[in-house]
Parts: sequence; C-alpha cells; structure tokens
Amino acid sequence: MTATLTPTTPGAARIHAAFARANAEGRAAFIPFMTAGYPTAQGFPEVADALLTQADLLEVGIPYSDPLGDGPTIQRASEQALGGGTSTRHTLALVKELRARHDTPIVIMTYVNPIYAVGPREFMRLAQEAGVDGLILPDLPPDQDLEIANLAAEHGMAVTFLIAPTSTPARVKLVAEACTGFLYAVSVTGVTGTREGSALNEVPAMLALARQHAKVPVAVGFGVKDAETAAQVAQVADGVVVGSAFINAVKAGQDVAALAASIRAGCTQN
Amino acid sequence: MSLQLPTYPQPDERGRFGRFGGRYVPETLIPALDELQAAYTAARNDPAFLNELDRLLKEFVGRPSGLYLAQRLTEHAGGAKIYLKREDQNYTGAHKINNCLAQALLARRMGKQRVIAETGAGQHGVASATAAALLGLECIVYMGAEDIRRQALNVFRMKLLGAEVREVTSGTSTLKDATNEAIRDWVTNVRDTFYILGSVVGPHPYPAMVRDFQSIIGEEVKVQHQALEGRAVPDAIVACVGGGSNAIGIFAPFAYLPEDQRPLMIGTEAAGEGVESGRHAASVAGGRIGVLHGAMMYLLNDDEGQIVPPHSISAGLDYPGIGPEHCLYAETGVAQYVPVTDAQALDALQLLTRLEGIIPALESAHAIHAAVNVARTMRPDQTVVVNLSGRGDKDVAEVMRLLDLGREQDGIPAAPRTPEVHA
Ligand SMILES: Cc1ncc(COP(=O)(O)O)c(C=O)c1O
Repeated sequence: MTATLTPTTPGAARIHAAFARANAEGRAAFIPFMTAGYPTAQGFPEVADALLTQADLLEVGIPYSDPLGDGPTIQRASEQALGGGTSTRHTLALVKELRARHDTPIVIMTYVNPIYAVGPREFMRLAQEAGVDGLILPDLPPDQDLEIANLAAEHGMAVTFLIAPTSTPARVKLVAEACTGFLYAVSVTGVTGTREGSALNEVPAMLALARQHAKVPVAVGFGVKDAETAAQVAQVADGVVVGSAFINAVKAGQDVAALAASIRAGCTQN
Repeated sequence: MSLQLPTYPQPDERGRFGRFGGRYVPETLIPALDELQAAYTAARNDPAFLNELDRLLKEFVGRPSGLYLAQRLTEHAGGAKIYLKREDQNYTGAHKINNCLAQALLARRMGKQRVIAETGAGQHGVASATAAALLGLECIVYMGAEDIRRQALNVFRMKLLGAEVREVTSGTSTLKDATNEAIRDWVTNVRDTFYILGSVVGPHPYPAMVRDFQSIIGEEVKVQHQALEGRAVPDAIVACVGGGSNAIGIFAPFAYLPEDQRPLMIGTEAAGEGVESGRHAASVAGGRIGVLHGAMMYLLNDDEGQIVPPHSISAGLDYPGIGPEHCLYAETGVAQYVPVTDAQALDALQLLTRLEGIIPALESAHAIHAAVNVARTMRPDQTVVVNLSGRGDKDVAEVMRLLDLGREQDGIPAAPRTPEVHA
C-alpha cells in the first residue's frame, strides 16, 4: 500500500518513509507514546531516548489539564508533568532537543485548546522550528476546523485524525481522506489505557473499511500494552501505538528500553 | 397539543453560534451526537413526545412556575418593579428538572437504559436521578469531591433516588472534572448510554437542545408578563450564568426579537473573590476564547491553553466556561455579562430571605444582586424579571458555615448579621 503514497509535506514524507522502512522489514511500525515532561522535565529526555532506540516514530503528548480522550494513566501523567512546569511551549522545546539527537520522525499529540491558546500560526511556527513532523489531534474531527490542517501543511507538517469502532462508513471515509500523516484507528470504544482482556475484536473490520479510503498508512492504538497485543494488531495494521503501558513502566521503575524492544519485536507481521 | 418547542435561527447546521460551539470531541462520540441530533429532531416533532413532556412538566414538575412581584425587594431597590420567575417552585428545587425530564424521555425513546450525568451543585444530579427513577432508568452521577463536601444534602437525595454518585478527584475536584469524567464514561459506554448534560454547554446538539428545553421559562414569562403588565416583554431580564442554561432559558425567547424590541438582558457571572483576584468563574469578564468539553467558548485558560481552575462560592456556577450561545450574545451585545462576587451573592441571599421570605440558591443570589442594582437605575413603571433559578435549601449548611454561625451559643446558632447591599 505504501506505493500509492503522495506525501504533500516534508513531515508527511518522513512519516511515510518510516512506515515503509518498517514494512520492508516485515514489521508494523512501532510508535511509542510518552507524555512530555513525564516523569519530570529532567527525566523525560532519558525516557524518550530509551524509546527512540526502538521507535519507528515517536509520539509525544503535550500535557493537558483536561484530556477527555484519555484514561487515568495518561491523565495522571499529564497532571504530574504540568505540576513540574511542562506544558505547550516547553513540550516543543523538549522535542527540539530530541530532534537534535535523533532522526526518527516525531509527532505531537495535542488537544486543540493549547493550539488555539498559543495561536494556530504561532503554534505551527514553533512546532516546525522544533522539527515536529506531524500532529495527532484527538479532539478535532477533521470537519471541525480545516484551518489547523492547512496551517500544519503550510508549515511542513502532516496531520493525523482518528477513527473509532463507532465510526460509520461515511465518517471513516471523511477521516481517512483528511489524514496526511497516517490514519489512527482507535482499537476500542473507550479512552486510552491498558485494559484487561482488550480483545481488539473490532479492529480487522474497521481497518478493512479504512484501507478503502486511506492514502496513508494505518496505525492502531488504545489498549495495546505488550508484545502479544502488538502482535495481534500487527497482523492487520501498518503501525502500532503504545502509550499507557510505557507510562506505567516509567512509574514502576521498569526498563523502558527493554519493554520497547519486546513490543517492537512483537510488531513482526505474520 | 399544548407544548411546542421553539425554533431559533442559531446555531447553524454545524452547531456553530457564530464562531462558538461546534463539536470538539473524540471521533468515537461523533456518531452518537449524530444519532442524538436525529432522535431529538424526530422527538421535537412528535406529538406523543411533546404531550408526555407537557404532562410531566405540568403534573410532575408543577409548571408553570410563578411570576411573582417582589414588593419589598422592589421598595428596597427603589426603581423598577422586580419580578421573580419562580423556578425554585419546581419539583426538585431548580430549573434543571425541565431539561432532565426531556432528556430522560429522549433516552427512553432511544432505547437507552443507562443514563449518566455530571453535577456541580447537585441540582442537575438530583433532577437526573429523579427523572431516572420516574422512568425506570439506571443513573450514574459524576460529582467532584469538593462539591460532594459542599452539597452533602443533594448527594444523599441522589442516593435515596437510587442513583450511583461517583466521586471525581482529578483536577480541581469540581464541575469541570465531573464533566470530563462523564464524557470519558460516555466515550466508553456510548452504545448503550445516554448522557444527560446539565447545561447549554458541550458538543452540538447539546447547547441547542438544552436551550430549547429550558426556553419554557422565557415563554411563560411572555404570557405571565402580558397578563400582569399588559405587555409580553419586560424591560430587563437578569439571570445567573454557570454553564448558562437557566439564563438561556429565559433569554432565548427574547434574544431574537428585533433590537428595538429586546429587553435589556443581563447574565451574572460568578466573580468569586473578584475578577482581578484570579479566584473567580467569570469566563466572559476574565477569560478568553478556547475549547472545553467539545465547544468553543469564552474560557478561563492560561496562555498555553491549560484550563485555569474556577472558583465560586456557589458550586453550580463553578465552571470555567460559558455556553456558546451566551458567547455570541456577549460578542454581539444581545446580552451583557456582569461579574458578581461571593460576598455580594451572600448578602443578596440574606436580603431576599429577609425581605421576601424566599431563601434562594447561592447561584440565583448572584442574579438578585444585579437585579437590585439595575432596578435602582430604572423607572417605577418599568419591570425587571429575575430568574430565580433555584431554592436555597441545598446551600443552607454551607451558608451557615460561611456566615460563621458554626460558633454556637448555647447550642443555638447566632443570628446572621444584617446584610449590606453593595451598590
Ligand atoms: C439553582 C441553580 N442555578 C443555576 C445553576 C447554574 O447553571 P446554569 O447556568 O446552567 O443554569 C445551577 C447549577 O447547578 C443551579 O443549581
């Protein structure tokens, strides 16, 4: 499917290339997520470096006071990061530091309010300057505000919107066609977080539908927590996003790089 | 059929009131919002739904609520006649029941057996629990830990009514966090759950739908004012604004009249310890445009987009945003939004109690304060209608604490000090 890609921005091109490299190795792209400034502003770069030893793409979340698409794990990580003084501009500064050390594409996950507060144009300028390749916007259905997507493109970045198991075929088409980085399929009806026995039953059918419309790779996230769940998802997706499991690992003082290596290994396709 | 739901020119088909409103929510909810919108459109045109709602509003809630001339308050202010629109007379004690019954009927119509709600003062939680009991629905209410402390009476009422009250300890432990939690629950259980949203906030169609259900307040005012004063439109209308549902309910039926026929409309925002103190909940006076709970609106948020915790003496006004339709009214001058402090509200509560024998909710006391001030500047042949959104029973314990009546003398609480009226 990567053959049909027509990247419109440098960010999109870098994201697509990362998927293509992974897919060429017979893997789904491994996309770990970490909240910026977690566990602390000082400790975050070390965690990010550990994740970047294994990541095909890194997803960095701007800590937000009211993350209504997130479960308790990311919510608490956000509260902790905000308490330590990390928020919007600081996140972009942290990404800029990472960018200086790593070539791996970095995408920013943010609710829209920080973008509006900084000012969409100023936000995009800062993000571009930091070397951000794309944006993931969990509370921005693409039909709400095209200005953000257009500004991102103007500043060389890609955008990722989300589909969910509840999305109707018409919504899947609309969202898929709007994505320029990758399409993010939410595996479960619910918020982020690892959950017991997350069956991921609804994923194959959702992806089959998405692939009819998406011109970009399709990644799956929410509820993927270990090599085993990653392996399930990798059978049908181009990429696997893992977030809360890494925050839990940091909190428990576990070896983040080892967990990342194990999940990356799980991303092998068939 | 006696009940009709009004039709207004706003919002547009995308749920925008000018630039405000919209649907900034996880994609998971978009189909549910589409489904809700379709169900609401069908229901509002269905005589069976309207007849049942009409019957319940009359027989269960006790509508119409009175439009009462507050004679002694009028004399005290020394200007325009002050009328109280007595939403405190509604069963369960506030305007919230109007909207809750309607949404619960809609939930049942949509075949949803589980309803969830968020609550600050507890009035919306009590109303939701009441409607759920009446219609045999399972009810879960999210409430901040701080509000659970302030509103123990309402927490007990909800439990007595069979609802489960879930304590929220994230963020500021107040209404905004309870709303986040309710939305997260809805994202997770959207297929079998109906979210009874308590104000004119949230993603489209909620701000429009809740307004339509609350518009009965203003529609009744037209009829009652006509009967009492020989004209349908008062000279001024005052209502407190948390999210803004009681205010929009009394404003909207007048807001789309031609400019020269519109009454002066004043929404009172909770100014807490003063807008300049930073400890307030005045989103128009002290906020700027942002997005929360699915809608673009005036919002207390810092220059990096983090929500600033609001503060108000009154749990029901302790919300960092204000409904998108109010934002449009504020921007276009259709209504004015004025800040009223905790101290002013506390004084107004005592004032109304002493002069009229009516203990208002702390929320409504904010409106009383502003109504006295505006009436004072008007002529005796003019009228001010205050939306008395709820009764004060729920606040009595908190007011007692605040007035420092906790220091008992011989086991009997000391008498409150005589209130001063802040001009
Ligand atoms: C009595 C009363 N008035 C007013 C409000 C504020 O809400 P709204 O602005 O939506 O009417 C509340 C909310 O709990 C309330 O209980």
